[in-house]
Amino acid sequence: MTISLVATEPKSKGVKVEIVENARTVRGTTLLKRGFAHMCKHGVVMDVTNVEQAVIAEEAGAVAVMVLDKLPYDVRKAGGVARTASIKVIQEIMDAVTIPIMAKCRIGHTDEAKVLEVTGVDMIDESEVLTPADEERHIWKWDFTTPFINGGRNLGEALRRIEEGCAMIRTKGEPGTGNVAEAVTHIRMVNNEIRKLRSLYQDSDRQELMKATRELKVSYAIAEETARLGRLPVVNFAAGGITTPADAALLMNLGCDGVFVGSGIFKSDDPAQRARAVVLATTFYDDAKIVMEAQKMVDEKKSLLGMDTKNLELRMQERGQHA
Amino acid sequence: MSSKKKSVTIGVLGFQGDIEENVAATKQALQEMQIEGNVELVRYPEEVEKVDGLILPGGESTVQSTLAAIQRSLPVIKKRVSEGMPVMGTCAGMILLSRRSFDRVIGDTKQKLIGNLDIVIERNAFGRQGDSFEADLAIGMLGKEAFKGVFIRAPAVSEVGKDVEVIAKLNNKVVAVRQKNIIGTAFHPELSGDSRMHRHLVKMAIDFKHKNGS
Repeated sequence: MTISLVATEPKSKGVKVEIVENARTVRGTTLLKRGFAHMCKHGVVMDVTNVEQAVIAEEAGAVAVMVLDKLPYDVRKAGGVARTASIKVIQEIMDAVTIPIMAKCRIGHTDEAKVLEVTGVDMIDESEVLTPADEERHIWKWDFTTPFINGGRNLGEALRRIEEGCAMIRTKGEPGTGNVAEAVTHIRMVNNEIRKLRSLYQDSDRQELMKATRELKVSYAIAEETARLGRLPVVNFAAGGITTPADAALLMNLGCDGVFVGSGIFKSDDPAQRARAVVLATTFYDDAKIVMEAQKMVDEKKSLLGMDTKNLELRMQERGQHA
Repeated sequence: MSSKKKSVTIGVLGFQGDIEENVAATKQALQEMQIEGNVELVRYPEEVEKVDGLILPGGESTVQSTLAAIQRSLPVIKKRVSEGMPVMGTCAGMILLSRRSFDRVIGDTKQKLIGNLDIVIERNAFGRQGDSFEADLAIGMLGKEAFKGVFIRAPAVSEVGKDVEVIAKLNNKVVAVRQKNIIGTAFHPELSGDSRMHRHLVKMAIDFKHKNGS
């Protein structure tokens, strides 16, 4: 099996067994949830706030759209409490495009997530871009049939989210800043921590591996699986601050399985062209000539100006870090 | 037969989707068949020319047919498939191979398709991700043992041309077809852990290679 099923909760409430005519079907299994995430690999998920943007994203080759009320850049500007998007907007977008629809809910807000599941979105992002509803706990995602995404800044955070049932990890980065530096830090951190675990595993040093597991605050089973695979047991996407085609290529070359672009596209002055360019660079990330072609499609004067991530009043990436 | 004669090169179209999973499933198939072979990522037209068989992976068919850089390779795939090169499309891959596709909600899609496989596709025929499911399938071509079908936002085949053989059905829906050298599945054999479908493609690729005398 190419998709790891480790950490699956026995008797998960999200698994539904039904008899449909002459066939026995099972929905909501770990294979189907992680499998859906695998189908998004090498693709670009684009943040959108309305039908018009969703159509542009689909035509540009987005692998899915993420529906928000405000783009992360505007969330930052507006302040206040950021919540899940209007259901009406989500439904309008569902009726307008054929690609998968994702939507964000607040960290720990189980009932926003239940509403999104009933609406029929293909994946739910329990996201630090929105204001957390529970400072202590994330959603217990095994209770859902719909797959979830969570952010992770380091290996411990990522593995704890997977043990709660999430089917895709993305770097947290620093959303809405147009600055890719934090996303780079996070993927490097995860890669380095996995490398350490893997060397313990290859040396058959169970005692040290168990010690490392305790530091990560995760189960031995998932730490061992990660060490064996040499990667996270679910797909890991880049997110937070990606603005140009070269940004996307950089993160793909660091080992990300795909890319999320938040404010980078629809806060630029050339969204349709830029969307195509980012998809091109993500597909051919290892071919500098094609990444150059993609860079040529965008005008740096039209990029989201962005901001320094050092002196921010709001550091979204720190939300939910203690859970 | 010498091991050199048996060696075969299978390509996996490497634009978007579960590319690595198909590479792994093909390698598993080769190992189980004890056949020497290469599995290669294929993105550029000249790479399409070099393989003895090709897999079009699952993913988002809209993306896989969108970019100009991708579209340059599609006519070469069409040409090689018409020449008899074995090809298997799983889910999005089957959509790319089809003659026409429409969406349950949106209607006709404006996707560019390769078009060799004479079927009409209904995209997202079973619904959205919440409706994705696993179900055991009877596929006579692969033997008596049931095949685990992994259906993820899966399409179905709504019309088949006269040269198309239905190889699997789920209730009343056609979910796998064969037309000479072309296999299409609505489900993901690369995710089931069962390599029988990939082994079948490898066999076809070896026969094709021998027929061409290379």
